[in-house]
Formats: sequence, structure tokens, C-alpha cells
Amino acid sequence: MLEKMIFGRYIPGNSFVHRLDPRAKLSFVFLFIIAVFLANTAMTYAILVGFTLLVIFSSRIRLYFLINGLKPILFLIIFTLLMHLFFTKGGVLLFEWKFIKVYEEGLRQGIFISIRFLVLVLMTSVLTLTTSPISITDGMEDLLGPFKRFKLPVHELALMMSISLRFIPTLMDETDKIVKAQLARGSDISTGSIKQRIRAVIPLLVPLFVSAFKRAEDLAVAMEVRGYRGGEGRTRYRQLKWHWRDTMVMALFVVLVAILLLLRG
Amino acid sequence: MKEILSMDNVSYSYRVGDEESKRAVDGVSFTLHDGEWIAIVGHNGSGKSTLAKLMIGLLFPDEGDVNIFIEKLTEDNLWEKRSQMGIVFQNPDNQFVGSTVQDDVAFALENNGVPFEEMLHRVYDSLAQVNMSDFLDHEPHHLSGGQKQRVAIAGALALHPRLLIMDEATSMLDPQGRDEVIRVVENLRCKKGLTVISITHDLEEALLANRIIVMNKGQVLAVGTPKEIFLRGVELKTIGLNLPFALRVSGLLRKFGMELEGEHMTEEELVNELWTSHFSK
Amino acid sequence: MDISLQQVGYLYGKDTPFEKRALQAVDVTIHSGSYTAIIGHTGSGKSTLLMHLNGLLKPSEGVVQIGDAKISAGTKTKGLKAIRRHVGIVFQFPEHQLFEETVEKDIMFGPMNFGVSEEESRRRAHELIGLLGLPADVALKSPFDLSGGQMRRVAIAGVLAFKPSVLVLDEPTAGLDPRGRKEIMELFHQLHIEENLTTILVTHSMEDAARYADNVVVMHDGSSVMSGTPEEVFGNEEKLSSYRLGLPRSVKFQRDIEKMIGRALPGLALTEEQLAKAIAHAATEVGDR
Repeated sequence: MLEKMIFGRYIPGNSFVHRLDPRAKLSFVFLFIIAVFLANTAMTYAILVGFTLLVIFSSRIRLYFLINGLKPILFLIIFTLLMHLFFTKGGVLLFEWKFIKVYEEGLRQGIFISIRFLVLVLMTSVLTLTTSPISITDGMEDLLGPFKRFKLPVHELALMMSISLRFIPTLMDETDKIVKAQLARGSDISTGSIKQRIRAVIPLLVPLFVSAFKRAEDLAVAMEVRGYRGGEGRTRYRQLKWHWRDTMVMALFVVLVAILLLLRG
Repeated sequence: MKEILSMDNVSYSYRVGDEESKRAVDGVSFTLHDGEWIAIVGHNGSGKSTLAKLMIGLLFPDEGDVNIFIEKLTEDNLWEKRSQMGIVFQNPDNQFVGSTVQDDVAFALENNGVPFEEMLHRVYDSLAQVNMSDFLDHEPHHLSGGQKQRVAIAGALALHPRLLIMDEATSMLDPQGRDEVIRVVENLRCKKGLTVISITHDLEEALLANRIIVMNKGQVLAVGTPKEIFLRGVELKTIGLNLPFALRVSGLLRKFGMELEGEHMTEEELVNELWTSHFSK
Repeated sequence: MDISLQQVGYLYGKDTPFEKRALQAVDVTIHSGSYTAIIGHTGSGKSTLLMHLNGLLKPSEGVVQIGDAKISAGTKTKGLKAIRRHVGIVFQFPEHQLFEETVEKDIMFGPMNFGVSEEESRRRAHELIGLLGLPADVALKSPFDLSGGQMRRVAIAGVLAFKPSVLVLDEPTAGLDPRGRKEIMELFHQLHIEENLTTILVTHSMEDAARYADNVVVMHDGSSVMSGTPEEVFGNEEKLSSYRLGLPRSVKFQRDIEKMIGRALPGLALTEEQLAKAIAHAATEVGDR
């Protein structure tokens, strides 16, 4: 099941979007999320959708793949749509059946909010699908740099994040192995009462924690021995480079906002 | 010959003050010179891993001194000393800090404030020395154990260390991974004259060393060249160590009534001996 | 209990962009009471194959037959527990699966899951503690307070405790020192004979395969490419090396000697003892002439 989730996964590639500086992508997505709220007419929403499709197209990620991966959150989108359909009142009454009443405004709001939601999820998916987690971390560390002045441990946070990311596959493998080992000893997670199922989780959790602590200890020793003493006096191996295309993307954002402002009702 | 490391009557016990608890390391002394390769062997629990921790200042001795580059290891010079030695641990997964091969090799360089241009150069150079240049952007979970250990060695080499410590670095690897790692280390010693301490229970690996230190119950049981050590065959067996293949076969041949001249550490030597004294007639 | 795999294929992450083939057209037959070694390079599909032997994985293609039970892609997960009772697996680094407060309880986990009474499970736990050479007083200790080698033994006891008739061993001695390695392998051999177990050993050690197994299966790139007696498999140096596998040291030494003296020694020296005997015998022949 987990294998089918694409949210938060990275697909290596060499498209225009892939090659953008992570700082440009992060800032863009962050600002885009705010800009989405500028849209309030059919035209402005159409522009947002069109723009999102343009971004997806230039990232060369297969649309089928994106849609397939969105399935888990489709439920949420439909839920919001229905909520608006049934509970937002205003405008002409379009449809009535027993106690259910659907108004024009409800339909309008429902569709708009769903589009907004969809566009946001698609944009952030494109970000994570085209940017390796470590680049995202680097970008964040750099963008948050100014906050060091306010005692925000930016370097430590970034390091923590990159180490966690690095160990996710390792721990996933480990979990899989432990699950298999306990299944082979007759443990049963998928049947029985809730109480039995909860108890069946203990044989998985204990070994996982034990091994995670062991790993953490080993890693701490390895880091110490290799001279890690916090961010002071450290140099950086990963260097980010800002290109003209990154500036262009930021300019594009300004244009988008200008159009949205002009056309909004 | 310059002295690289020496232990002077070093003792350490994990539970201080507890009379009952045995000393993990008990009165150990030895000296390691520039360009030497020594192997520290012993079964699990013989104190050899504690010895490694004492060498890199993760533990400090209760008694005695650990001297690194002719200077006593203390809390104050710890970081400076560590920046001149590399250590590779047992578990390939738990020492891989970076998210890709090149990031991991650069980790110690970053910590020591090496400038970017110099880092690039050293990362490429160290990876070339362990034959991992084609894996710059690989993530750790796509590498084999042997490859991860080679990356760990590259990470140590990047600091241009004067001493490389291998703390059971091959014990979790498959035979191919073990061969890869051993070949790389051998090559480094030949070409660069790197000083190596390998802590191991693989006696074939120990055969490659200039000197072997046998540990048992926290004490040094024997020190000598591989030949001197392995001639004490039975004694090694009683403390849970095995003999190299050629010596085991020699022993069996003698048991079946064959006469053999001298002792033979490697298969090649034994084949030659069998030829000259038995089959060439 | 006979186990057979017919044209078994397995894909990880089937129908996703991350799909990866691990097994293809694997045909393996393991007879009841045999000692089978599965050898192959890392990544040859040994571990995936092993998880088919008790229904931890269901084949994407083909059929796995374990005793009377048949497992294929469509088989329901429900009935698999019954199979697992008969096929025990000792995974690589099995000490990572320990979780209980005491050694005794951890060993009892398997049998109790399979419906053995508490009393009987406890009796077996104590019996196994002795059999595996652990001091009797570990029973009530936490498994996490033991040494690495002892933890390994406890984990092995946890599998033996539900008395499987087929025992699958995945690199059971990895990371142990020479003495521990030898003791554990000898113990499994003894159990194999005394309890009339069907033993399946997945290993990198050609020496262990040659010494203990009566049937050897070679895996390469997800397929079973060779199988037969150790003599047949290790007698074919050329084919083995094409699968990036070497000879057991004793066989290699035998070949070196043969090259030197220009004639073949009788048989294949699967162990050091056989090797020494063959050489000593050949030398007396030379001496007699």
C-alpha cells in the first residue's frame, strides 16, 4: 500500500523544474499558496489551473502518475465539495430532494474550494517529486538562515531533518524485517479483537525502538569521532547556485499575481 | 621509525568501584610505529572493542596512558588528535551520516572547516582510492555493505589521517564485501604507507598484518608476527579463535601420518611444501 | 514435509513505477529430511526465495507447495499461519526480533501463538535454554542484558520452541566469532539428525554448504540456475564462477594440489578432513612406488 503513495517521494529527472534552485522552488510554492487565495472568479481559477498544468508539463512528470498518487486524498476533496454543496446557502435553489437543498452559491463555492485544494496539492507534489529531500533541506536551511539571529537552531534542525530522511529507508526495511520475523513466529496483526491487535503491535514496537536507539547511539559516536561539534566553524559541501532561470521563475510569479489582481472580481 | 600510538599499562573497567566486575581492559601496553599494520584479535568480549574506544578518546583509562603521536590523549587535545585519525566501525549502516556517498565523505571535512574547493578535490580523490568514484550521488540504501564500508574508509582518508583504525569493520559483510574492503586497505598500506590497526576476529585478515596482538579477558595474551602467533595453535583454539586454513590442514595431515617441514601460513606455501617433500619424487 | 517451487516469480511493488523483479521462473524441490543449502551472490534473490518457504511472501507467478498446501498469487492470507507452524525461519541477526521482558517469555512467544499451552511452552523454553548452552539462570533475565552471542541463541530457541518440522536458516552465524559460528552450525546439524528436521540453509559460506548440505541450490539474478549434490555443484568450477561464486577452500586446495601433481585425487574434498585424508592417501601411493 505504501508503495503506491507518491506524496513526499522524489522522482529523479532533468527537467526545467528539476534543475531549479530549491530556494526558488520553495519560495515559489510558499508564495503560490498565498496567491491562490487571490482567486475568486471563474476566470482567475481557470488561470490557476492553467498555470498548474503548465508547471506539471514542464516538470515532465506523467499526469497519470500524479493522479494515481492523488487517490488517497481524493476522498478529502470530495468531502469538502459535498460539505459546501449541502451546507452553503445563497443564490438560486438548484436542486431539492427531501431535506437536501443545493444552492447556486454552494455549488460555486464547492467547486472553487475543491479546485483550490487540488491546485495546492498538485503544486506541493510537484515540488517534492522534482526536488530531492536533501535539496529541500538545504534550501530551507538557507532560507531560514536569517532566523539564526533569533536563536532558531537552523543548522541543527536541518541536520536532524537530513539524518531522518537518510534513515527512513533503513528503518522501513527494518520494520519490514521485524514484521516478517514475528509473523514467522505465529504473531498475527490482521485478525482478532482490537485488544488482541494492539497487543500484537508490542512485539514489533519494542524491537524497532531498541534498534533505533542502538542506531542513534552508533551514529552519535560516528559523528563525534568524525569531528562533529555543532554548526560553529563548519564549512558546507553542498553549495546552492542561483541561476537566471530561478530569477525568471520569481518574475513569473509577480506576473501571475498581477494578472490575478487585475482579473479578480 | 616514528611512534604513532602507544598504550602504557592501560586499564579500564565499565563499572568503577565494583570489585566484582572484571576489568574490560587490564594492563595493556604496546607501541605502534609509522607504516605498521597491527591486528588486534580476540573473541567477542575479550576487550578488543574497549581498546578501540580508548584509542579514540570515547573512553579514558582508569589507569595508564594512551599516547597518540607521542602525546598523551586528553580531553583538551582530543579533537585535534581525532582530526588526524580515521576510524571505521562495525555496522555499515549506522555510520553513514550523509544522504549520498559524496556528502558522507565530506562530513568530516565540513566539521573541520575545510574550504569548499579543497573539499571537492579531497572527496573525489578519496573516493578514487577506494574505487567508489562512480557512486558519487548514490544513496546509502542502494549500496552493499562492502560499498558502504569503503565509503566510510574514504571518509576517513579525506582527512589525510596518519592512522586508520578498523573496528571489526568487516565482520558484518558477506565474503565479497570483506574481500573488497581488505583489498582496499592493503592497497592503501602498500601505496601510501598508511598505518593501520585492525580489530578483528577474522584470522585470515589478521594474517596480513605485520604484528598481531591477541587479547583474552582484557589482557594481552600474546604479541608477535602472524607466524609466531599461529604457531601457538592450541592455545589460540582454547580462547575461541581459529587457525588459518593452511595451518588447520597441516595439522590434519600430520594427524594422518604425513611429515611436513616447517609451518605454512598460506595455501600456496603448503602446496609447495607438499610438492617438494612428497609428490616430486 | 516436501517443499517445491514451480516456476515461481516475484515482483516487489507490483504495478507501481518502482516495480522491481526479484525472482523469475524459480524451480526448486526440497525433499523431506534433506539438508539443503541455498547459495548465491548478494542480490541473487536468496532472501526473497526464503520468504516464500512459509508464506511470508506469496508468489506473483507460479506455485509454492508446502506439504499439502499450495500457495499462489491468489491464496488468502488467512490460512498461512497454519503453514508457519511447520516451517520455522531463523532470520539473519535474529536477535533483532527479541522483545519480551524475560528470556523465558520471549522463547514462549512462538509456541503460545501457535496454541501450545503455557505450561508446555515454559517447559520447552527451559529445555531449549539448556540445549543451546545458555546458563539456566538467564531464563528470568531480560534478553537485552545478555551478550550478543547469547541473544542470538535465545532468538534461535524462540524459533525451535514451536517445533517446526522444516527449519530455514538465513546466515545464522553472521557476525559471530569463530567459536560461536562453529558451535551454532554443529548444533543445527545435530538437530537436523536427531529431530529428523528438513533443514534449509541460506549462506555465503561455501565451506558450510559443502560440509553440511546434501543438496545445494544455486541462485543467480533471481533464478535457480543449478542444483544437485555438493559433489555435483562444487565439481563444476567453471559454471560456479560464471555465477560469481567460488569453490569451498578445501576443494580449491584440492584443485591446486591436482594441478601441481598433474593428476586428479579421487572424489571431491568437501571438508578439511576429507582433503587431508585424500592427500595423505595419495602421498602414500607415491611413496609406495
